[in-house]
Amino acid sequence: MNNHRVRAGRYFMMGNVACAEGAVAAGCEFAAGYPITPATEIANTLAERLPQVGGAFFQMEDEISSIAAVIGASWTGKKSMTVTSGPGISLMLENIGFAVGVETPCVIVNVQRGAPTTGMPTVGVQGDMVQARRGSHGDYEIIGLCPCSPQEMFDHTVIAFNYAERYRTPVFILSDAFVGHMREEVIIPEPEKIKTEYRKIPEPGTDPQKIRGFLDEDVAPMPIFGKGFKAHVTSSCHDEYGKRNLIDISALDNFIRKLSNKILKHKEEITLVEQDYEGAEVVLVSYGAVARAAATAASLARRNGLPVGTLRLITVWPFPGEEIGKMAKKARQIIVLENNLGQVYPYIKAEAARFAEVSFLPPKLVGEIPDPEDILKKIREVMK
Amino acid sequence: MSELIHPLHRFIRPSVTHTTFCPGCGDGTIAQSILRAIDGLNMGMDDFVFVSGIGCAAWIPSPLFNADVLHTTHGRPIAFAFGIKMGLPEKKVMVVSGDGDLVAIGGNHLIQNARRNIEMVVICVNNGIYGMTGGQAAPTTPMGVKTTTTPYGTFENFFEDIAGLVSAAGASFVARWTTAHPRQLTASIKKAIRKKGFAFIEVLTQCPIQFGRKMGVGNAVQMLEDYKKRSISVQEGKKFSREELNGRIVIGEIVDLDKPEMVEEVTRIKMRAMKGEGKAIDRGAKG
Repeated sequence: MNNHRVRAGRYFMMGNVACAEGAVAAGCEFAAGYPITPATEIANTLAERLPQVGGAFFQMEDEISSIAAVIGASWTGKKSMTVTSGPGISLMLENIGFAVGVETPCVIVNVQRGAPTTGMPTVGVQGDMVQARRGSHGDYEIIGLCPCSPQEMFDHTVIAFNYAERYRTPVFILSDAFVGHMREEVIIPEPEKIKTEYRKIPEPGTDPQKIRGFLDEDVAPMPIFGKGFKAHVTSSCHDEYGKRNLIDISALDNFIRKLSNKILKHKEEITLVEQDYEGAEVVLVSYGAVARAAATAASLARRNGLPVGTLRLITVWPFPGEEIGKMAKKARQIIVLENNLGQVYPYIKAEAARFAEVSFLPPKLVGEIPDPEDILKKIREVMK
Repeated sequence: MSELIHPLHRFIRPSVTHTTFCPGCGDGTIAQSILRAIDGLNMGMDDFVFVSGIGCAAWIPSPLFNADVLHTTHGRPIAFAFGIKMGLPEKKVMVVSGDGDLVAIGGNHLIQNARRNIEMVVICVNNGIYGMTGGQAAPTTPMGVKTTTTPYGTFENFFEDIAGLVSAAGASFVARWTTAHPRQLTASIKKAIRKKGFAFIEVLTQCPIQFGRKMGVGNAVQMLEDYKKRSISVQEGKKFSREELNGRIVIGEIVDLDKPEMVEEVTRIKMRAMKGEGKAIDRGAKG
């Protein structure tokens, strides 16, 4: 393999390595992290690859400083990321909220593992789904992508950087140990086929006092450091100019709503789903590694003459409620599958229950991808 | 009659009309020392990025200084500054924060970055108390002092030598002054800015409202005079035993040495990797 930014070609590649290659291809220049299973291969690959393209990976003293350094680097105009697993995210959450609050583009990869607490590091679960959405304090919106294959570890990392830059926000990749450690065919396209975006910044030379660098629902230009913008960046409640306001609750309301609306207003452009439920009476809704079993079960069912379809959430956050509603109107029965005890299920049920029967199929053993035969059994059960 | 304008006023953010510091607070003295050092080096605010954490001292650069300023979460400014320095190696990065921020909640970032010897200036504003939240005990509050969280007096040993901690961790410049020594402080800040390495200055500062009242010393002048009385130079201090130095403040430049600096080392490695030199280790099975 060459030392270029984009190593175009066809590979048999580990998901975690594909993620790192996707980051480099997307133009990532700065990464910081702390060793943790099952995400280490991403850090290892970034440590080797980033210096080859003028960037660097830094092993910090903990996950708190990792995300802090990533945010700092992003404010200098560098595309930045961190990679970790659930315990690391738990430590990062305060600063993830900071990144949301001061509108900092960055990519956070969570290769989820057996949890809660230290749990079982080499087993994949989908246990941190709501943590990504709600983990930091206060109301906010986040973007979360759920890859289900090594190819998507590459593709989604590129998309994550583009979303981060376009919407000036942290973007989660919610992978897990199965997808991260899975080896499969990965095709890395030629550089000109990879779309990469870069944040808007103010016109150089603009009077710093006139820069409205924050709280625009259509994404304010980012007054990055080192360009003479004299940016005052504070995560305390602030106005469009970055000026702190700690006394006026209408300023707080504006702060909260503008940040959330920035994501919600663009939900349609952000949302990615994969749907295959034309004419289906039963629809299997899933995401990530579990979606592989759901797809197999659906084709098995169809071969048995059962009208079964699938809906795979690629972006779980912001929650694609409209897509769920659209599907639910056509379905009679909806089965939600997750490798956890039902984290996204309540969100799905809230949208779908008006139109169809919604049930949850928990994993037989948490940490195990369901057997398609078991899913088929559940399909027959709900069709009775 | 023309309006009189303070010579350092050009460094102040135009939207700032007042500070949030209490009457008698030493933070204004430290702000002036920083700005006088920058002015004295003929540098401008665009040469700097300022980073601060949470607490009274964090409000020195934010929003006061008319520069790029990142006001971060509690305890983490040095970690944020790490990323900024790596992204903008040609800029000077200065962290201004309090003892609670840098030594209590953020202690490990201070130690690890002193060890890395990454080029940045860290001004630790040590007022010996949590001022902003109403006078709680800090790791720098002397033993026995009654504070809002230690109504019967603190029962912990306290940090008497933060500068010593940072020296041991490996910083290439370390100094300690008090707000009773503004000229010496300004001179050390100048040196710190020019230093290729981690430059740390601990400044003991009077907090008459939260600390002074608890210690029974009511006003700023009294506290400054106390600093003067208790201060002893690094050179003089060497003549005394540890016990004899009890209650004294050793002031001056404690460390000033040249050693490898991290940003330069990183740049060197990047250059080699970009040329395809310096093969990375074989990690065994991959991809």
